[in-house]
Amino acid sequence: MSGPPAEPAARVELRQERDVAAARLAVSRVMDAMGARALRKTRFVTAVSEIARNALDHGGGGVIEVWRLDRPARIMIRCRDEGPGIADIDQAMTDGFSTARSMGKGLGGARRLVEAFRIDSRPGVGTTVEMEARP
Amino acid sequence: MTAAMTEVSRLLQEDFEEVVDAWFATQKREGVRRPDLFSDRESRRQLSDLLRAFADTLGRIDLSQSVDVDAEEWSDLRLALSEITLVRAERGVAPWEMTTFVLALKQPVFGKLNERLRDTPDRLLQEAADFGRIVDAFAMHINEHFIAERDEIIERQRAEMMELSTPVVQLWERVLTIPLIGTLDSMRAQEVMENLLNAIVEHQAEVVIVDITGVRVVDTQVAQHLLRTAAAVRLMGAEAIISGISPKIAQTMVELGVDVGEVTTRPSIRAALAEAFRRVGFAITRVEDTRA
Repeated sequence: MSGPPAEPAARVELRQERDVAAARLAVSRVMDAMGARALRKTRFVTAVSEIARNALDHGGGGVIEVWRLDRPARIMIRCRDEGPGIADIDQAMTDGFSTARSMGKGLGGARRLVEAFRIDSRPGVGTTVEMEARP
Repeated sequence: MTAAMTEVSRLLQEDFEEVVDAWFATQKREGVRRPDLFSDRESRRQLSDLLRAFADTLGRIDLSQSVDVDAEEWSDLRLALSEITLVRAERGVAPWEMTTFVLALKQPVFGKLNERLRDTPDRLLQEAADFGRIVDAFAMHINEHFIAERDEIIERQRAEMMELSTPVVQLWERVLTIPLIGTLDSMRAQEVMENLLNAIVEHQAEVVIVDITGVRVVDTQVAQHLLRTAAAVRLMGAEAIISGISPKIAQTMVELGVDVGEVTTRPSIRAALAEAFRRVGFAITRVEDTRA
């Protein structure tokens, strides 16, 4: 995945459950600063919540970075972890598949909530998710 | 005590009050004295106690070794320090202010030392270097200690807030509500569930309104917590109504693929209350105006 140009507008380390809330807040603030519409913000922040929680629960923690991109104006996040990785991405993206006792809709749901979704996962190396949306 | 620090120790004995005054003045100048938090008298007493413990400690440490603030020789100083940091952490002083507070001791002592050892620059340099090293270690320690203290306060407040934030309220006979606000993480969800189930028994409730107007984001985990809570309420023989689902959250939940199944939902707490009354057999009617 190619890197975004500038310094991130926000960066949150994901080490414990409350950091997921911190990630949501950080993304929410960046979107407020961009004058985002309420529904788009709710959708994107919810997707971020899913991805951040996955990094924490399955990736053993990670880091989430937030960028403001221009032309067209949009928000982008990248969430990285160095966990065990996802063996079968297609399966993981399928609603109802879960290795934890959860709903198993997080990844697929997040993809439906954003405008661009990229996932790169290598067993033993980790998982990186990038998501983009208009404000 | 090594020979190198004799002059510093001596000046701290002989010019004690002067050093305290000068330390106090430096703090004022650097803007880290907090007249909003402490009176001049209280501030001066704190400095005085701290400097006395510091002077006593200097007499005990071996300067040929590296400075270890956690060592036994420093215990008195650590004690004097913990008193000061606790008060300041509770009153919201920033970590940099604490560090500057300690580092402000250097200037007056260097000044005094210079007056006393002007004729022996080698000794002056040696003592100043040793003293500087110790004050630095001391400042680092105070910073760490201060942050640890503050983390503890934050953790305590978090726990207190969690208890506060899940009140179960009886709205009517057999009707309860629990308004949820902010973040519903696993810990809080557990708390909510426990409070709610106990309240159902206590009030013999038949309908419970779980209001999420104040919850900003409903992701799959929050949704799962809500649905589990509703399931547990049902096992207790009551019915849960989830209220306060905004249009934004409703659309987002649909995209996420969350299915609320048989759980009753209402857009507002008002609509939920009307439904609750219907279920327990009450109705709200307009009072007839008999004056007409």
